[in-house]
This record gives sequence, C-alpha cells and structure tokens, in this order.
Amino acid sequence: MLSDALTWWTFFKISVNERLIYRADFMLGTLMRFLPTVTQIFLWWAIYDVISTPGSAESATGPDKAIAGYKYGDMVAYYLLVIISRAFSSMPGLTRGIATQVRNGEIKKFLIQPVDMQGCLLMQRIAHKLVYYLIAAAPFALVFWLCGDFFVEGWPPPNVLVIFFLSLIFSFLLGFFLECCIGLIGFWFLEVTSLMFIYMLMNFLLSGHMFPLDLLPDSIRAFVDFLPFKYLAYFPAAVFLGKIQGWEMVEGLMIEIGWVVFFVVLSRFLWHRGVKRYSGFGG
Amino acid sequence: MPIIEIKNLSKTYRVYQKQEGMMASIRGLFHREYREVHAVKDINFSVDKGEFVAFLGPNGAGKTTTLKLLSGVINPDSGSVDVMGHVPWERKNEYRRKFALVMGQKNQLWWDLPAMESFRLNQHIYRVPLEEFERTRDQLTEMLDVTRLLGRPVRELSLGERMKMELIAALLHNPDVLFLDEPTIGLDVVAQHKIQEFLKAYQVERNNTILLTSHYMKDIEALCKRVIIIANGSIYHDGSLEDIVDKFSGDKIVTLQLKESRSLDSLISLPNVMEVEAPKIKFRVERDEVGKVLSQILGAHTVDDIVVEDPPLEEVISNVFSEAEKEQAADQAQQIASQASN
Repeated sequence: MLSDALTWWTFFKISVNERLIYRADFMLGTLMRFLPTVTQIFLWWAIYDVISTPGSAESATGPDKAIAGYKYGDMVAYYLLVIISRAFSSMPGLTRGIATQVRNGEIKKFLIQPVDMQGCLLMQRIAHKLVYYLIAAAPFALVFWLCGDFFVEGWPPPNVLVIFFLSLIFSFLLGFFLECCIGLIGFWFLEVTSLMFIYMLMNFLLSGHMFPLDLLPDSIRAFVDFLPFKYLAYFPAAVFLGKIQGWEMVEGLMIEIGWVVFFVVLSRFLWHRGVKRYSGFGG
Repeated sequence: MPIIEIKNLSKTYRVYQKQEGMMASIRGLFHREYREVHAVKDINFSVDKGEFVAFLGPNGAGKTTTLKLLSGVINPDSGSVDVMGHVPWERKNEYRRKFALVMGQKNQLWWDLPAMESFRLNQHIYRVPLEEFERTRDQLTEMLDVTRLLGRPVRELSLGERMKMELIAALLHNPDVLFLDEPTIGLDVVAQHKIQEFLKAYQVERNNTILLTSHYMKDIEALCKRVIIIANGSIYHDGSLEDIVDKFSGDKIVTLQLKESRSLDSLISLPNVMEVEAPKIKFRVERDEVGKVLSQILGAHTVDDIVVEDPPLEEVISNVFSEAEKEQAADQAQQIASQASN
C-alpha cells in the first residue's frame, strides 16, 4: 500500500515537472480560453438589447429582462462559471493520447511494467490540472474581478459553495473516465477521431457549454437531464447561481457521482477486454 | 533447471487482406478477407540461467513475436512458456518485476525530462530500495559513461546516448531475465561497440539471462555463444555460432599466394574463382574436396602461402535467410491456391 502510494506520488511529481516545462504554452492557452466567451457575451448583450422594451431606464450592465430566468448579468456570470467547470472537466489530448498509444504500440509499456495505465494517466492529469490552475489563477482572478458586477447575488452561501466545489471535483473525474472510455475504444477501432468529434459536439451542445440548459424546451430538457454531459459544465454553474437548490442539489451531486462510478467501471472493463483483444490479435 | 522453457509455442495473426484500389476498399467494408500469418509455429527451446542467446532471422521471421510472448504482451494460440516459474501472459506483478524488455525502436523515457527522473520513477515502480537503486544507477551510468548526461532532457540526447539511458532504465531493478529487441538499431559503430562491451561486462558480472535480437552480426559475434535462427516462424538452427557455418555452408574459401604469377594461367580455369590479384588467387571449394584440390595444386605449382577459411558468417546467414524466404513464399502461394479452390 505504502509503496503503491509512493509510486503514485513520484509519478505525480514527475508529471508536475514535465508540465512546468510548458508553462508559457499554458499561459497563452488560458488567455485564449476567454476569447470565445467574450464573443458569446457580446451576442447575448445584443439579444437582451433587442428584447428589452425601448425607452425604459437601462443600466450600464444591460437590460433587466430575463430569458428562461436569466437576466443579462446572470447570463454573463453563467458563462464565466462554465469556464471554471470546463477547466475541471475538459481533458485535452487524453482520448487521442490513449488511442495513439494503442496504435503505435506504446501501450505495451503498461503490459510489461508492474504499473496501472489508468492510474498513471490520472496522476498525470491531476498534475496537469494543478499546474494549470496555478498558472491560470492570476488571469482568472483578474477576469472575475473585472466582471464582479455581473454576479448580482454576490457569493452563494457556504453549503452551496461546498456542493459547487464537490461537483467540480467530480466533473473532473467524470470527464477523465468518460474520455478514457472513448480512448480505449481505440483497441477495437484504432482510429477514434470521428468518435471524438461526436463526443465534442454532444459535449458542446448538451453539457451547457454553449448555452444554459434552461433554454431548452421541456421535452428535450428531460432527455438531456438523463445524460451525463450536463455535469461537465452546466451543473456546477447552475448550483453556484442558485438555479438548482436544496435537495435537488444533493440529488444532482449523487447522480453525478453515480455517473463517475459507472464510467470508472466501464473504463476498467474496456481496458481488460481491450488488452485481451490486443494480446490475442496483435501487439 | 532451465530458466526459460518454451514448448510447442504457436501464434497466428489474422491480417486483413486488402486489394489495391478504391472499389476493393468499398468491398472491404462488407466482406473482409483475412489471411493467416503464422508468426511462430510450434517452437521449442529452453534457456539456462546465465545464458546469452541471440535470436537471428530475417524481418518478419517471428523474433519479436517470440519476445512479446516471453514478456507477456501477447497470448499464444497454443503451447506453453515458463519463465522463472511464471506464465508470462498472466502478467503478474511478481513476474513483471523480474524481467525487462528493451526495444531499440521504442522510447520509454520521459521525453522532456532528464533521464534521472525516469530512473527515479522506475525505482518506485519496481520497488527498488533507495540504496540499491543509487548503487546500481551509479555503476551503470559509469559503465556506459553517461553520468554527466543524467540531468539533460532526454529529447536533447543523441540516439546513442538515449539508448544507453534506455538500457539503464531497464536494468535498475536488476532483472533476472532481459529481453533486448534490436538494442543497437540505428547506432553508429562506436556506440554499437560501446553497448556491446557494456552488455558483455554486465552479463558476466550479474550472470543474468539475456535474449537478444539483432540484425548486426557484429553484436551477435561479440556477445552470444548460442544462436537460435528463426525463420518463417520455425527454428532453423539452435547451437553455437560456429555450428551455423558447418551446418549451412559446405564450402571453404582457399587463398593461395603463388611464387610465380604465371601459375595463375592454369589456375584461373578452376571452378568458383572469387578473386584474382596476382600473385594471389582466391576460390571456393567444397569442404570434402579441399584436400584433394590442394594436393593437386601443390604438386603442380610452387606456393608461398595458403589460407583456408570458412565463408564469412554474414554470407552464410544471408543464404539461410533467402532459403527461408523462398520457403515462406512457397507456403503463401500454396495457402492462396488452397483458398482459391475453396
């Protein structure tokens, strides 16, 4: 047990060292992250501008009319919070990395060495994320400080904050194991680019990345609520903004954890079947 | 008691047989034709502790497949393998801590970090006590003369330096059995030589068991007493290097230095003359005939010097390989013919 922990710790430290080499790249990436959001905010500003009754007193932050319960300020706050959710749940390069390792045979390393592949990848990813937060903290703080006025309600109560942070942690795990599963399909298909594309599209539309899910018609919403995607972006943001309250919050978190467990089990299963297939047919 | 024991081991790959052209690709979507490739066919051999064995064979002969089977990366179709009491493809951690596989074409080190960090990680993965780790590391880096490069990112090392680091990374846990798949591929002569010397010294000191595949005869001549020639999935030869020449070449090469150049005029008509450079002549004679031919010549001419030698190993081996390839082609033709008649 102890030596296992020590192995993971070493792996973590090495991953951090490796990531720190790319700090300039990170810095640039962080700034780029805000760009699409800026265009979205302008778009919504135009929309709110159009639907607001002409002649009424308007504040500098835009019209006060609400769309699906979101005032303009809420909308901007929502997008900023989604950036945070995605900073936890997005896994750039994970799927492709696994599939590439399968295809070029690097995956052998994990069959030969007494070490678990998913454990290694998870450690590596945690390291990536922590280094990223470390470097991105300053630009994030700046943007949130500049946009402080949009958070009309101020900070949510502590119990909501706790749920918010927990939902972020689990959105990280959900994103990780979900993308792991897609990558491991590489054992069967070798090329997972198109699968990845479908996943990204679904993620974009159904996670709340592009717009708050509250905008969806009820019939579609019921279907989307049933899927795991919303925990990758919408759920943490909605908790923070008080769109989801009380027991619904806890229930949502439980379902999120349920999805994490599901994808952990699925990815273990895929790994074992994949390795069996790999060692049976190729190598 | 052998440390590696292979019995009736077979492994077949199914390879998707694609015809050329777009129509064929479209047809392939609905109906796929597979061809079976017998990568390894019913091979048997065993290796004792402390042996240094070379695997020799043309590309696609089954060398790497055998190493993969031994290291548990793939499962066989039939047959059994026992390495130190373990079945490799069960992939037990206990077994995985006792061997190492180094592939000359694959990189296992962290590309952007100094090799030292990869070593440290391997120390933990293989549970090597710190003291032992440091001792082994210092010894190995010294033997390979790379101590000063430990802190340099791997991507900045030359191929030879990187290979040395790969070897060290694989040897830190002092594996009882070591599989080396073309460890000197792409290296210059100096680096090759250095690695050969290292492996030799290392093996003598630790007395561990090493299986090596290589295309460089120099590697094999320098290192291995025992050679297994594998071609077309089967073992062609298992024995010493010298035996190969005896077994696969019936010829000797005779070089004569003649007293008088005009003796050449009659000798030049000998069958199988290889080289004439007055007053020297070099020719090939069947082994059984050597005595007879030489006594005839010595009776007729004055000879200053005689050298009788075996043909170069490389030549013999390449003959064996091309023979094997012909057989393989014949096998395939037969297989395709039998499929066509079905």
